[in-house]
Amino acid sequence: MGISVEGANKRFGDFQALDDVSIEVPDGSLTALLGPSGSGKSTLLRAIAGLEELDTGQVTINGEVATRKPPQQRGVGFVFQHYAAFKHMTVYDNVAFGLKIRKWKKPETSKRVHELLQLVQLDGLAGRFPSQLSGGQRQRMALARALAVEPQVLLLDEPFGALDAKVRKDLRTWLRHLHDEMHVTTIFVTHDQEEAMDVADQLVVMNEGRVEQTGSADQLYEHPANEFVMSFVGEVNQLGDHFVRPHDMEIVLDPDDRTQEGLVQRIVTLGFEVRVELVLSDGTEVWAQLTRAELQRLELREGQIAYLRSVQAKSFNGSSPSDHGASTPHGSNDGGDAEVPAAV
Amino acid sequence: MSANPASRWGLRFLGLGYLTLLLLIPLVMIFYKTFEEGISPPLDAVTSPDGLHALKLSLIMVAIAVPLNTIFGIGCALLLVRRKSRFNPVIDAIINLPFAVSPIVIGLSLFLLYGVGGWFAFVSEEGLKILFAVPGMVLASIFVSLPFVVRETVPVLQEIGTDQEQAASTLGANGWQTFWKVTLPSIRWGVAYGVVLTTARVLGEFGAVTIVSGSISGQTQTLPLFVEKQYQNFNQPGAYGASLVLALLALVTLFAMNLLKRKEDA
Repeated sequence: MGISVEGANKRFGDFQALDDVSIEVPDGSLTALLGPSGSGKSTLLRAIAGLEELDTGQVTINGEVATRKPPQQRGVGFVFQHYAAFKHMTVYDNVAFGLKIRKWKKPETSKRVHELLQLVQLDGLAGRFPSQLSGGQRQRMALARALAVEPQVLLLDEPFGALDAKVRKDLRTWLRHLHDEMHVTTIFVTHDQEEAMDVADQLVVMNEGRVEQTGSADQLYEHPANEFVMSFVGEVNQLGDHFVRPHDMEIVLDPDDRTQEGLVQRIVTLGFEVRVELVLSDGTEVWAQLTRAELQRLELREGQIAYLRSVQAKSFNGSSPSDHGASTPHGSNDGGDAEVPAAV
Repeated sequence: MSANPASRWGLRFLGLGYLTLLLLIPLVMIFYKTFEEGISPPLDAVTSPDGLHALKLSLIMVAIAVPLNTIFGIGCALLLVRRKSRFNPVIDAIINLPFAVSPIVIGLSLFLLYGVGGWFAFVSEEGLKILFAVPGMVLASIFVSLPFVVRETVPVLQEIGTDQEQAASTLGANGWQTFWKVTLPSIRWGVAYGVVLTTARVLGEFGAVTIVSGSISGQTQTLPLFVEKQYQNFNQPGAYGASLVLALLALVTLFAMNLLKRKEDA
């Protein structure tokens, strides 16, 4: 059950949009396809919906092979980044569209549409046209429209991409609650790792048409399979072939054999968190994340010399980002304290 | 936008002056000349049997050519915009041919094709008279007014994109339902503008129709041909009167579209 894609390939001219992609989406889960633009995440979503035809590979939705089915017969609800609202129809008619196609009777249609509008908090706006709604309202209308036909799966293509930061945050919390109520298998595409980690049960990290790693937000953060995942999911400093999270960098004032010397360039206070930017002797720029209290204890000043110790570093020797398909971590120093070589 | 009032007024004056000189004054002249000798000479000419027949024939041209070119135009625009093919540039160029080729040439080509010894002469031999008859005139009208709906619809189709159509398909609509419920309502003003231009062109067509029709009074004379005949027969009030009817028909078409649009926007 759920959705599975096996060995999906898709080429647009010279561009390999999907390169032997396989994913499993558990029934009732909320899965994020996360990746930079051009990573193939939208193409994969559109292939699941039937809006894009795969060159090779198979799509299975709730146990049924859907690869050759047209979008009308896949039982998917699709939400587009730019809403795809029917501009010439009212909010009511937009939401009722799928029901009218299915020849629902008027009273039932009306009942269902108003239930959905209530669910997406647009109940008073049924008579408005999309042009009279804000971006967030339009996207909620599009969501109600997709949910009206009771899809087996809900697919969202960068649903909050065109909205401003505040609305984005509200809507994704709201989507999470909605999903907890409805339990419809949902996949959403995003390039925002914070959004993905905030909302999804499972993340699929994609890059250059391939799946780099699949797992929960914790798994990806704690045990990234490779350099790409580590740097895409969360912040990272690179020291030679080692990677260190900024909060795993400790700043001390007395050197020992495990520290590296650095010049404090800039100290930025972001509320509780403090960001200290340093330049190492070899010119590498890194930053450490401290708390306010730590900063006060150290009495750091811009322009002074301090010493850095990496509490936990990872290296991915022998594994490049193209080494895909591995969903188990294989960082050599994973989990333990590691020394970063002083000379890089 | 220029902030300088002098240059702004200068531009307005220039624009309006240009329009007045080239469009308004000639139209006002026709209006004036028509009624110079009172209302009865032009009215008599227009309501004469030949005049009424010409009016009827012009409306028949519109009634046949406009729907056909509208259906063809929308279909062709969909093909050009929604189905990417390497033949598209060729199709696009062929559609523009009627704009590029003089109507007289179009008329002559039809004459050669359907006339004695032409490739399609058998159609007439089978009993369907094409030349010097309504079918030939319809063909000529369709030919000259073919590009308008395509040209007006293509940019609108490009602008609306495919998102709405894809949304409709995921909601269960088949191609036909998507076209009627989503695509057509979205492109309707582009199509309507194309229809108005097509209508105006068909009403006003002279060159191509005059060649294939033979301009036989009371039989194969549309309004523009009637105007010319009246003018050559020194019945100037009649010619002006019929011209005025032509101009009024065009105005009614434009006005009807504006009215529809305003009603919709309200």
